[in-house]
Amino acid sequence: MSTSTVKSGDSPEKQRESDKSRAENRLGQKLVLPAVILMLLVTAWPMIQALWLSLFQYRLTSPDDREMVGLNNYVTIFTDPIFWRDTGNTVMIMVVTVSIEFVIGMAFALIMHRVIFARGLIRTSILIPYGVITVVSAFAWQFAFSANNGFVNYWLPFVEDNFDWFGSYGSSMVAIMISEIWKTTPFMSLLLLAGLAQVSEDTLEAAKVDGATWWQRLYKVILPNMRSAIMVAVLFRALDAYRIFDNIFVMTRGANNTESVSFLTYRQSIELLNLGMGSALSVVLFLSVLLIAALLVKVFRVDLAQARGER
Amino acid sequence: MIRSVRRFAGAPAARRCAAAVLAAGVALTTLTACGSDSGAQTLTWYVNPDGEATNRATAERCSTDGYDIDVQLLPTDASQQRVQAARRLAAEDTGIDLISLDVVFVPEFANAGFLAEIPPEYTEQATGPDVVGGIADTVQWNDKVYAIPQWANTQIMWYSKSLADAAGLDMSEPVTWDQIIDAAADNGGTVGVQGKKYEGYAALINALVMGAGGEIATNLEAGVDADITIDSEAGDAAAAVLEKLSNSPAGQPDLPNSNEGTVLPYLMDGGGFMMNWTFVYKGAGYTEEQLKDLGWAMYPATVAGEQARPPVGGIDIGVNAASDDLDAALAAAACITDEQSQIDLAANDGLMPAKSSLYESPELTDAYPADLLALFRESLEQGGARPVSAVYNDMSLAIQTSWHPPSSVSSSTPSSSKQFIEDVLGGEALV
Repeated sequence: MSTSTVKSGDSPEKQRESDKSRAENRLGQKLVLPAVILMLLVTAWPMIQALWLSLFQYRLTSPDDREMVGLNNYVTIFTDPIFWRDTGNTVMIMVVTVSIEFVIGMAFALIMHRVIFARGLIRTSILIPYGVITVVSAFAWQFAFSANNGFVNYWLPFVEDNFDWFGSYGSSMVAIMISEIWKTTPFMSLLLLAGLAQVSEDTLEAAKVDGATWWQRLYKVILPNMRSAIMVAVLFRALDAYRIFDNIFVMTRGANNTESVSFLTYRQSIELLNLGMGSALSVVLFLSVLLIAALLVKVFRVDLAQARGER
Repeated sequence: MIRSVRRFAGAPAARRCAAAVLAAGVALTTLTACGSDSGAQTLTWYVNPDGEATNRATAERCSTDGYDIDVQLLPTDASQQRVQAARRLAAEDTGIDLISLDVVFVPEFANAGFLAEIPPEYTEQATGPDVVGGIADTVQWNDKVYAIPQWANTQIMWYSKSLADAAGLDMSEPVTWDQIIDAAADNGGTVGVQGKKYEGYAALINALVMGAGGEIATNLEAGVDADITIDSEAGDAAAAVLEKLSNSPAGQPDLPNSNEGTVLPYLMDGGGFMMNWTFVYKGAGYTEEQLKDLGWAMYPATVAGEQARPPVGGIDIGVNAASDDLDAALAAAACITDEQSQIDLAANDGLMPAKSSLYESPELTDAYPADLLALFRESLEQGGARPVSAVYNDMSLAIQTSWHPPSSVSSSTPSSSKQFIEDVLGGEALV
């Protein structure tokens, strides 16, 4: 699984192979070209439009006052305490939920992988939350945590019966993150399950024969062999978590400083109809997501081509 | 159809094409289905959910041989109503002709050119001397009329008589916030207000500031350059009330999330006081027994000796400037805001008339106790409107952000919120 260590001065045979792969690459590029052009048409236009709009002070409700302000919107964003507070919230939600989801998701994946009886039933029941629409699950959890008609307060021994979970920052964030974790852990475990299937049973057998404990097998054999699957799972979930919106919108509407960057963007462009600032924030959000993706790929040092089993 | 698609199997491009043709066909059928089948033209009226059934009946009554009025429902939440209306109107959506607008949104929409001007033959109905209190102001922008009031709303103080008696409060005289917070705290009751981060909370803050003789902003015609005057003695008095309530046992446990609905059960379970709109008498779902203990009085005064300025609101009917048939839409707007419609809404749903004379109509005097009707009208006359500004929504959000949660309000809140509102309006801060 290690990256190939082919040195220069290749034999003619190797040379022929790389010629062949270059030709294959060219054919591949030609084959995907129509799709790329279509995607550019569909996605590039709105993106260019957003970039252009982000240079204006422009409100939908006062179209006559539209004014080119250059990079002013970006200056406002990066010097604004609310933006940084919301970025902090978003990063925290991303780190906490993805870490917890990874641990629980891994446990679920191991169960789904090893389970012998009622396999379909167990796999299905683990996956159910992922089939629930986020808005629905957010409402369900909001009712569960509600001080007026929720059950969480009655179940938890150290919590007052009329404790208002959505009354302060910390407890609101806990409720939001629990809802998020409940909803998306199954997705994480599904991706990890696919990774588990890649781990060769022979290697595990060999480790067992050599006297490796369960933990040693997990850390030295299973996890390293799943690296690309883990990266894909963490990457997908991290990007999703960074764009968190539904849970916050339903549960707190951003009250008690629980806003995320997506929520801030929504408010500028949809609620305030402030298209200029909203577009600038969308651009910033897009760049942050790109940055996170690049960082994760670097951290896991995974070659995506290798992850697909091409080399 | 299915067979013809299957014949293309193996030729993906052709299959895609067939699918697109199929989709377009479905869309066309749906579009045709949208048209009216009676031959008459259809006017679409977007209503907010208050009094929906009555409004549907009114729509039927106001439909003529020339047009049918079709009713579509807006979301419950006022800001969501505004978002949906603004997006449709900005896109010049001709699928919307009439729209129920919360009074605070009319100036913004009129300023944006979304609403058709109301012609002279209907302006008497919209702004005549019979239109109660400040409601006539809410439909005007730059000396022109852009909507017709359908119903008016105001908050009064609802209370449990038993608790007020126990506390020894004379409710026939004006009372202050201080008095009711203390009375509730000393007798195990609560004071219910709208403390959630939403428009209702901005209405509360506006009422508190105006009740102390101040205003959130002046020179409102200047739009984003309005003078923000919340940093004043009146602002301090308003902050003191919220600070006291949130630190008192009279504050409800879910104060930072309370709205018009959540405060209802507290009034009857633990007793106390509740600031709420006129719908409570008809629409709170209290039992006969509970209604016997339900008392009502003028909104409390922020400062002893100053007159209270209760929140006022209500719904105005606007006409989409891009409507296909403006004349028909304007005539329909006049019909759905006529006296019959206002009386029906009041008698069925507790949504009070925008016309003063209607408070003496037999339908209303039958449906409500005389003193409650008189109180509603007095409260509307005395009420303090929220700033009539094209940028009110920004102001409101900035206030909500800087004054929420109520427990964070202190003597420094008015000055910090003034700065914040100015920055938001100037595009120098996000909200």
